[in-house]
Amino acid sequence: MTGALTPLDRPFLPRGVRLHHDRVRGVEVLLGPETALMLDPVGHAVLAEVDGTRDIASISAALADRYAAPVEVIQADVIEFLGNMAAQRLVEVA
Amino acid sequence: MTAVPQPALSTDAAPVRPTPVPPLAMLAELTHRCPLACPYCSNPLELSARDSELTTAEWAEVFRQAVALGVLQLHISGGEPASRSDLVAIVAAARDAGLYTNLITSGIGLTGARLDELDAAGLDHVQLSVQGITAGIADFVGGYRGGFDRKMQVAAEIARIGFPLTLNAVMHRHNLGDLAQTIALAHRLGARRIEIACVQFQGWALKNRAALQPTREQVDQAKRVVAQARRDYAGKLAIDFVPPDYFADFPKACMNGWGSTGLNVTPDGTVLPCHAAATIPGLSFDNVRTTPLAQIWNESAAFNAFRGTDWLPEPCQSCERRDIDYGGCRCQAMAIAGDARATDPVCRHSPHRARLDAIIAAESSAPPPDFVYRRMGRA
Ligand code: SF4
Ligand code: SF4
Repeated sequence: MTGALTPLDRPFLPRGVRLHHDRVRGVEVLLGPETALMLDPVGHAVLAEVDGTRDIASISAALADRYAAPVEVIQADVIEFLGNMAAQRLVEVA
Repeated sequence: MTAVPQPALSTDAAPVRPTPVPPLAMLAELTHRCPLACPYCSNPLELSARDSELTTAEWAEVFRQAVALGVLQLHISGGEPASRSDLVAIVAAARDAGLYTNLITSGIGLTGARLDELDAAGLDHVQLSVQGITAGIADFVGGYRGGFDRKMQVAAEIARIGFPLTLNAVMHRHNLGDLAQTIALAHRLGARRIEIACVQFQGWALKNRAALQPTREQVDQAKRVVAQARRDYAGKLAIDFVPPDYFADFPKACMNGWGSTGLNVTPDGTVLPCHAAATIPGLSFDNVRTTPLAQIWNESAAFNAFRGTDWLPEPCQSCERRDIDYGGCRCQAMAIAGDARATDPVCRHSPHRARLDAIIAAESSAPPPDFVYRRMGRA
């Protein structure tokens, strides 16, 4: 699972990694083993779409639609962001 | 409800001190009981008796207070947490409170059935400690015959259920040579991560330092093994390596900074800024049975004693690493320099560094003495 992700990869959160709303700090957090990653709104928007059924292309299309942004730009950002998460094993792909 | 009181309004004039940043993590030491007797155990020499342990309901209340304070992650430890017959209820209470729940265990006392119950209770992650790669070395280090075989059975049950697994390997003079095989074992057991921690000399490890002290060749070799393994297992196994700080040039930021990120609750409810804080004379520690956790974190003298960097002496105060390591470990300064406020003696700038070098030279050139196994009433 090295190398860049592709639009056809289907990302999912592995067991032991989950999103959490931190009421005290008022932020969304990705919790995993030895990790508590404070997410910015963009990061949270991407991870909230990660459901294990849709591929990166369709996640990017949904986000491009919602934020009225060009899909190529969004898709490149999504691939980079999820690639970073995958390198830390916070996201896996099928 | 339990004996843990609710916060009361103080009528005293408040000292001018900004409210500390809330903690992210809490270590809950459920019990000091443990079937193993590892000579490097981080528990204090003075172990708490069973009848002083917090009850299930008291822990549940501590968890609720911890979440309200801002804690996100709970590490359930001990002793051996599985020695508590109410472990499943405690895990369920932690998840109910909203905590990410990690179980740190030797595996002894867990069965497939009990792990299924922990799964149903919502346990997020398991950290399994290994004392060695074969029954011979592991059972010698753990002081518990049959421990290794039991642990391997537990690892198989963890894999069957699919818990994310981190293997914890504490390394020292007797097993550093097996590092490559230890990493291979982690991969074979299906771990996602391995945490290779060279013994930190606190608690029982300080008592057994001469028996555990690695040699410089072992440490250099271990660094090469880790570098190679990181290439070999890239994308398969994350490798965390904590080198022995005696052999480093600069200290680690102990606990990420005193009172900045985490807190420990001991079996009887005492709240500590770090494992070994009780070795520092003059500090007194509050208990969740009598004081709300938020008050302990925000206001207690023990948590404020070394918070931030204003209290730091020279050479730390004007050092460029001041906000990286906060002057290192207070307990180590206490143990080696005899002064908890001193620069960590690991540091090249510490006037006490020569003492550490002398200790390394003397201990790693002599044959290792016998272990003093960690047992109740054996300090
Ligand atoms: S380090 Fe060993 S003796 Fe100490 S609690 Fe862990 S398994 Fe038990
Ligand atoms: S002098 Fe103090 S702050 Fe600087 S590296 Fe040494 S311990 Fe850290």
